[in-house]
Amino acid sequence: MAAALQLDRVSKTYGVTAGSQLRAVDNVTLTINDGERVALIGASGSGKSTLIRIASGLVLADKGAPGTGMVRSFGVSVQQGGRLSREVRRARRHIGLVFQQFALSGRLTVLTNVLVGALGRMNAFRGTLGLFNADERRTAYAALAEVGIQAHAAKRARELSGGQQQRVAIARALVQGAKLVLADEPIASLDPKSAKRVMDTLVTMSRDHGIALVVSLHQVDYATAYFDRVIAMDAGRVVFDGPASQINAAFLTELYGASAEELILPSQFAVGASVPAETPVTQTVS
Amino acid sequence: MSVSHAARRTAADLATMPAPPVTPLVTRLTRLALGAIVIAVLVAAWYEAEMNPAQLVRDAGNMATLGADFLRPDFTDWDVYFDAMLETLAIAIWGTVLAVIVGIPFGILSAENVVPHWVAFPIRRVMDACRAINELVFALIFIAAVGLGPFAGVLALFIHTTGVVAKLFSEAVEAIDPAPVEGIRGTGGTWLQEIIYGVLPQVMPLWISYALYRFESNVRSATVLGIVGGGGIGMTFNETMRGFLYSQAAAILIIVVLTVSLLDMVSQKVRKRFI
Repeated sequence: MAAALQLDRVSKTYGVTAGSQLRAVDNVTLTINDGERVALIGASGSGKSTLIRIASGLVLADKGAPGTGMVRSFGVSVQQGGRLSREVRRARRHIGLVFQQFALSGRLTVLTNVLVGALGRMNAFRGTLGLFNADERRTAYAALAEVGIQAHAAKRARELSGGQQQRVAIARALVQGAKLVLADEPIASLDPKSAKRVMDTLVTMSRDHGIALVVSLHQVDYATAYFDRVIAMDAGRVVFDGPASQINAAFLTELYGASAEELILPSQFAVGASVPAETPVTQTVS
Repeated sequence: MSVSHAARRTAADLATMPAPPVTPLVTRLTRLALGAIVIAVLVAAWYEAEMNPAQLVRDAGNMATLGADFLRPDFTDWDVYFDAMLETLAIAIWGTVLAVIVGIPFGILSAENVVPHWVAFPIRRVMDACRAINELVFALIFIAAVGLGPFAGVLALFIHTTGVVAKLFSEAVEAIDPAPVEGIRGTGGTWLQEIIYGVLPQVMPLWISYALYRFESNVRSATVLGIVGGGGIGMTFNETMRGFLYSQAAAILIIVVLTVSLLDMVSQKVRKRFI
């Protein structure tokens, strides 16, 4: 089975014309295996978001040297050498995306937002006209039940709280039948309680359906509590890729120096510390 | 207080104080020249426009007749006017509906955030042309093409309004939040699906509001179109004026004002619900 996600020598430079260039992602090569759960950590501006956007083809990597800049998911090419692949839509069908700001259509109903996940598999004509059939509606409703918000199915998405909207986005990935979910700072704009609920939902979904999961996080405590493998980024480069057990405050300080403060907030550590004891999810992880 | 304080200063005091900056001669001459140019333009335009206020006084008799007749509106033929008003409304309705139908694709295709520049640019220029030419001019063109009557009016409003709504619609599209669109793209949706599920829900309230607003102004324009032969109440009004039937013309104007005000009120109420 091909890897869930494969990045080969991927770089992204912003502001090429101006005097100052920003290397947001610098020659990153990594592989995420099928069913694997990985936390992507790093301070703001370290390149996490850009990396996830490159992985889904929302951002084009630099053209680079021949043979570099390759992104594949389950053997299907997303992009290569700074160009979107012809099969990118096929690749995207099994990549679920979860964004920091939810990226839902606020005026559409919750159910419709989830049904959008089915578009990739539907006949394009039917999908464009919004003619979802009974099976698709049932699947979407079941996905909403799975993330615990079926009661809000008929509401407009924007009427929901941030945490609920994020779970709608997760339900959309479920309806999509995603085999890989990329979540870009999914809990960064949520209160601690909603954040925990969303992380539980993501990890449960990954475990129950065997979905590979890559979550970029600010809060290291969540990374260590929910994930086996942690990838740490700094200035666009992968500076650590290994078991979560190796990550602690001292190690992060060594890795990031002064900027480690952004990652280790004492109050958030308290939240994370209580997580393993409460949730069966993390017990299986650790 | 500071004035009286300054007034008490002696000439010797003043001599020791720094002189305020003087406006340079060049600046003063430039201002003078600009003033002269403005006056010259005003004078030239006065003669070009054959402005002659004395005419109002010299032909006071005409004015009096006109005013007296207008003060006695004659509603004898109200059913004729009513029919003509309906025709004007019909012109505005179809002119607007066709413009909205065509304006939606053109509006989307001229929004730079959803289509590449080489698509948006030419479409924008075509829309500019539609907008640049007044509906009256289009009416004259279509009267030559399809003959006198309301259909020419519909076509004139249609073309001009398409240019207007396409611009308004595309500006709404350019102001959207890109995140929901990326959400759709991420699921493997097509470009059209991105528009339908990501863009349209965001712009719909504005679009409806703009379309209704254009309908209001098209009712006003449709009235004028009749005067050049585009059908409707304008045509009836023109006939009464040419026949010096000022009392009837006054009745028509009253009907127009009432209808337009009523529609504005209703449309404003409806628009507010969508914002």
